[in-house]
Formats: sequence, C-alpha cells, structure tokens
Amino acid sequence: MTRGQAAERDPGLQPERTRLAWRRTTLTGAVIAVLAAKSALHGGPSAPGVVAAALCAGLWLGLLGLAHRRINALAVPRPTALAPHVAAAAVLCTVALAVCGAALVF
Amino acid sequence: MIEFVRNIRLWFVPEEIRQEGGTPDYRFSLANERTFLAWLRTALALIGGGFAVDQFLPDLRWGWRVGLALALLAAGVLCAFRAVNHWVRCEWAMRRGEDLPVSRFPAALGVVVAVVAIAMVVVVLLRWEG
Repeated sequence: MTRGQAAERDPGLQPERTRLAWRRTTLTGAVIAVLAAKSALHGGPSAPGVVAAALCAGLWLGLLGLAHRRINALAVPRPTALAPHVAAAAVLCTVALAVCGAALVF
Repeated sequence: MIEFVRNIRLWFVPEEIRQEGGTPDYRFSLANERTFLAWLRTALALIGGGFAVDQFLPDLRWGWRVGLALALLAAGVLCAFRAVNHWVRCEWAMRRGEDLPVSRFPAALGVVVAVVAIAMVVVVLLRWEG
C-alpha cells in the first residue's frame, strides 16, 4: 500500500463495517434458506417441496449476488451511497422468502 | 400515505434522490446503510422464527402453530418494508440537511415480539400440562 492510499483510508473503517454488515445479512439469509429447505423436504422429497426448496435457495443466491456487488462497490476509498433499487431488491428477496415460508406452513 | 407512495417511487428511481439537496458525507450514508441492513437482519430473524415455530413445535395444535408462524412471518415482512422505507427517508433528510425522521416502529415491534413470546410460553406450558 502506498502512502497516498494510507491517507485515503477512513479511520473509522466505515466501508469495512458496511461490508461485514452485508456479510452478516447473507449469513442470516443462509440460516433461513436452510430452515426453509428443511421445512420443504420434511417427510421425504415431493414435487412441490423440491420446487419450494429450490425457490428459497434461488432467493438466497439473489441476496448473495446483491451483497457481492455491493461489497465490490465498497472496495474504493470513497464509496457512493447504496442505490435504492439494490435496497428494494434485497427487501423483495426477504419478503419472497417469507411468502415461501407462509406457503410451506400450510 | 402520499409520502409512502413517493418513497416507493424513490426505491426504483435512484436518479431522483441524487437530484435532491447535496450529497452527504459518504460515512453518514454508509451508517444509514448499516442501519438498514440491521433492520433487514431483524426481519430475517423474525422470518426464521416463523420457520422455527412451524418445525420445532410439531405437537402444537394446528391453529396455534400456523397462527404463531404466520404472525412472525408477517412481522418479518412488515419489518423488511419498513427497513427500506426508513432508509429512503433518512437518506432524503440527510441530503436536505433536515432532522432525521422519528418513528414509533421500534416500540411497536418490541411490544409485538413480547406478546408473541408470552403467547408461545403460555402455549408450550399448557401443552405440557395437558
């Protein structure tokens, strides 16, 4: 690392903290996806169960993809603010997981 | 209500928020983003609670099990939508140099979680006695 880069570094480590916050969020999502898959495949694999499990896994991958893109965007000295459509997409993934959960409960 | 509709439009038209006011210090925006992510994790945890009630209390009567699971899932959905709405409002306020919006939501969520927890304790205890 050159001196110039060292001077640019935020002493509060804000980009790093934000990166780790995204990581924590994807980890939480992974727990939900595993619980959803367990619930969907409970009592042997059935066609609707496999579809629901695949859907939940896909939603988690969507969340992971959003986090990955944002983490890459944070790896610059002065990152720009989160784009609203990324935030909305992350929320829609979460809501879709809940809708899958509601379908699985019945 | 009108403000909520305007906020929903902002989720999908990011250029509009960039035209409003001045760009705040990037550290404030990142702090706002982390708060949003913390609320999103809260929403995910509530959804996980819904899954857990469904799976780990199988002896519960169907109505109670489904009711508790759906209540937790619905709270998760509400929390997720509120997370993005509050994030947009904070971002908007910071750009205009206004005070950050206040909210009753944290208190309301606290009460709802406490009520669900008490209901679960009561339901599980009654099941064990009966």
